[in-house]
Amino acid sequence: MSRSLSRVNNTIHETPLAPLHIELGAKMVPFAGWNMPVQYTSIIDEHTAVREHAGIFDISHMGQFFVEGDGAEAWLNSLLTNNLTKLGLGEGQYSIMLNEQGGVIDDLILYREAEGRIFLVVNASMIDEDFAWMSKYLPEGLDLRNESDQWAAMAVQGPHAAALFAELFPDQSLPPRNGMASWTHEGELLMVCSTGYTGEEGYEFFSSSVNGSAWFQRFIDAGAKPCGLGARDSLRLEVCYPLNGSDLSPSHTPLEAGLGFFCDLEKEGGFVGSEILIHQKRDGLQKRLVALKYTGRGAPPRAHYGVFSKEGEQISELTSGVLSPSLREGIALAYLPLDHAKIGSLVDVDVRGRRFEAKVVKKPFYKKA
Amino acid sequence: MNVPDHLRYTSDHEWILLDGDTVTVGITDHAQEELTDVVFVELPENGRTCDAGDPVAVVESVKAASDIYIPVAGEIVEGNIDLEADPSLVNTDPYGAGWIFKVRLKDAAAVDALMDASAYKGLIG
Repeated sequence: MSRSLSRVNNTIHETPLAPLHIELGAKMVPFAGWNMPVQYTSIIDEHTAVREHAGIFDISHMGQFFVEGDGAEAWLNSLLTNNLTKLGLGEGQYSIMLNEQGGVIDDLILYREAEGRIFLVVNASMIDEDFAWMSKYLPEGLDLRNESDQWAAMAVQGPHAAALFAELFPDQSLPPRNGMASWTHEGELLMVCSTGYTGEEGYEFFSSSVNGSAWFQRFIDAGAKPCGLGARDSLRLEVCYPLNGSDLSPSHTPLEAGLGFFCDLEKEGGFVGSEILIHQKRDGLQKRLVALKYTGRGAPPRAHYGVFSKEGEQISELTSGVLSPSLREGIALAYLPLDHAKIGSLVDVDVRGRRFEAKVVKKPFYKKA
Repeated sequence: MNVPDHLRYTSDHEWILLDGDTVTVGITDHAQEELTDVVFVELPENGRTCDAGDPVAVVESVKAASDIYIPVAGEIVEGNIDLEADPSLVNTDPYGAGWIFKVRLKDAAAVDALMDASAYKGLIG
């Protein structure tokens, strides 16, 4: 099926792990222009494996950029929302790329691998756009490289993830949270970053693309359960990590998305879009991305379902939604006008003409006990 | 794949059990395996009169909502309320406790036009 898809639509990409996914029995679906595993056995089983043991996700579709040269830090600091000057060597941070109107182009994680050498991981659907946008601002003397095709990437997540790493690499220690490390293993350059998109302990592991399948299999042999994008989505939504293209978009600022913590408005010289954010902060927000939880049993909430006030007026639509596998309750995100966005406010979600009541709750929905 | 011989089938992967002037409808073992993890079932309203092919129920997995079509014309007489408490019955016992709704037939002969087990086995390969 993937092969015939590539013939009719050459924008469908495959990661180097695609043949392994099919061998493992994955159900493959198109996502962000990539043919990806949505699940291998069951989204609920995969979700639970990550919460209780360890799961592994192919994230090779995501983009890997490097910025190198004297002043790489200062340049990226003028481009992205977070403050890079806080980072020591080997440390990383979540940051956001905005358009001139303060809307979100992409959210990403960057690591200061060495002085004048920054490693960035960007969203799959945004690789070309991010690269073009960064190239537009790139000053003389700095090198910006898109190495996305050269790397295989996998996220190993869950309470047992660290033990699996120790089993595969007894001589290499994991970096602290949000840190990265690179080393040579039997002649191959490997990288590991202690981060993830599930709310669990874990890391993202990078190898050469040709060896990606072998590494993925080694983690499975050590005890990681292969997990698809279905579980990745339900896991991230339970901890309120936004998904670009759904919860983040060029028409919303990161302040509206509740990501103000990652926007340093005091930063010297500002960043692209910072003036808009400063004005917005001064004038007050009109809407906020809130966490909604059903007050009772109901049909699973999903993106684009209408959100209605208790008076029956449509006020928004969901940007994400799922029946939470951990909580067994309907959970969702939506941008709501400020007067509906307070914790405890009640709204209704429309599912095929039936209304289910939901309450604005504190983020995240799920917290490790 | 489990395809009981005594049932009739549709190309939408529903099974139909005829009992007098009433049929019981559910989704096949193949369908539940494709959907995986049924987390919600929206049942049809009792007393509703439908034409064959009308969407009357919805079966939802974590990832997607799938319409269930009424395979024969008639009146909905019962929905399986056990599915409200435990929708996963559709996965664990698709031909038994996981039945979805019952229809009083407008025309009993309509069932004869549906696929038998061997035709359905051919369809799902």
